[in-house]
Amino acid sequence: MRDRFVDTTTALLAEDPRTALVLADISAAAFAPAAYRHPDRVLNVGIREQLMVGVAGGLALTGLRPIVHSYAPFLVERAYEQIKIDLDHQGVGAVLVSVGASYDRAASGRTHLSPADVSLIDTLHGWTVHVPGHPGEVPALLRDAVAADGSAYLRLSTLHNARPYGGDGALRVLRDAGPGAPLLVAVGPVLDAALAAVADLGVTVAYTHRPRPFDTAGLRALAGDAVILVEPYLAGTSARVVSAALADRPHRLLALGVGRDELRRYGSAEDHTRWHGLDAAGLRHSVGEFLDSALLGAGR
Amino acid sequence: MTTTTASAGPAPTAAPPRDRTAAPPRDPTVPPLPGPVAPLYERIRAGREFSAKVRSTVDVLWVLYDRVLRVTPETVDDSRRDRFLLSKGHAVEGYYAVLAAKGFIPAEWLDDQGGPESRLGDHPDRMLVPGVEIGSGSLGHGLGLGVGTALGLRAQGLLTPRVHMLLGDAELDEGSNHEAIAYAGATGLGSLTAIVVDNRSATYGWPGGVAARFTVNGWTATTVDGHDHDALHTALTGHDNHRPHVVVAAVDQGE
Repeated sequence: MRDRFVDTTTALLAEDPRTALVLADISAAAFAPAAYRHPDRVLNVGIREQLMVGVAGGLALTGLRPIVHSYAPFLVERAYEQIKIDLDHQGVGAVLVSVGASYDRAASGRTHLSPADVSLIDTLHGWTVHVPGHPGEVPALLRDAVAADGSAYLRLSTLHNARPYGGDGALRVLRDAGPGAPLLVAVGPVLDAALAAVADLGVTVAYTHRPRPFDTAGLRALAGDAVILVEPYLAGTSARVVSAALADRPHRLLALGVGRDELRRYGSAEDHTRWHGLDAAGLRHSVGEFLDSALLGAGR
Repeated sequence: MTTTTASAGPAPTAAPPRDRTAAPPRDPTVPPLPGPVAPLYERIRAGREFSAKVRSTVDVLWVLYDRVLRVTPETVDDSRRDRFLLSKGHAVEGYYAVLAAKGFIPAEWLDDQGGPESRLGDHPDRMLVPGVEIGSGSLGHGLGLGVGTALGLRAQGLLTPRVHMLLGDAELDEGSNHEAIAYAGATGLGSLTAIVVDNRSATYGWPGGVAARFTVNGWTATTVDGHDHDALHTALTGHDNHRPHVVVAAVDQGE
């Protein structure tokens, strides 16, 4: 996904003189050709993330459209107040693009893990959040985000599904178990594991790469009385949105994602997917328990 | 009136003791407020007791808006205007008074600062106040936004506007400032002018003086009496356009 981001951003810098890129050393080498061609609009501030976002705010105040890029924990967590004050409070926007996701760099340890990034962005108002599930989804999402006026967060990962899905982020049904069936919503790269997990269950599966704004109209159209959320970042991040959208009808919600505990383990991203129960077997176990408890509760 | 001017030089090999003589000698009595500002300052004060730090910024604000900044109420949206970013957002009453004196905001707005329908808070908000370039209050944001503004103007071929940012010596404690100071100096961002009102309120001080934090990174620097209008004007126009420039406006301690 990072390669597609670099290629698309390099093209956007050439196509649109409003576009600017702000870096804090991360990926600077990959953008060297773009920096050579557009030295005034490809700005590497060194290892200075507060300045990176502050500069983006200043660029936007002059009418440019900044793209800001680093590892998720440095972009969102370290510079959170700059995102809140230097962008939102000034009434200007930017497109933030992270790599690293929840645990892409698992062997690097806690400092490079960022399961809470989407939750933090979600404390702000009016942001669009894209979580592509495949490198092929990245160019269109990035182009749409840069062409828009508001702020957007693109969360890139080394984990991905087998194939891309286009669309504007509205819930897309990939498996239809019929009216009233439990609805599983998978966000971004967890889709393939979720499909495998419920292959033998009567569960409708819908996909989105845009958790914000969440497609609540699509949710209301598809949801019966049981909803399962599977997200590749902090578990429960979208629970409040789903609960609010379904507040007028009785429903049960299972919100799966990355746990809050610091595991203090290295290994690979695939190991962490398994440890957080987000592989097909782990999801199958959680969804099975959730549905069994519904059957028991109904006395069947 | 004397001024001290420094330019980029080698870093000191050891931190010298805090230099309390860096500011030029000055008359210890604070001069009267600039004539056009005085009644508006009293109007927003409305009998309240302001801390001395509010008063201490009025002279530099007045010199900026009266003699330096190329911006008027008619050009607040002109891309070629000079920018002024108040980073120390708590020094706001004098700012509002100067904006009113120059016609950016109606004087009546001064009568209800912080009220439920007021556009004037205890920190300024650019979305609510014409002529205000940034919303501030949390310290350490003005320099980064100023650096980005200067870069954005340069990228669009707007090479005449200058970007001025006002902060305090205690505000320099925030590390975000030092990210901006180092980067602006290293890249020679010559359209920037920082103004540091130095009332020596930083808890641990700045051994060697405030200006040294900038000059070691390649800025030019001038330290002047923060109440001397002619000296401020000379300092605020003393940049060489090749390097960023800082003006340290020295005022009495705690003022």
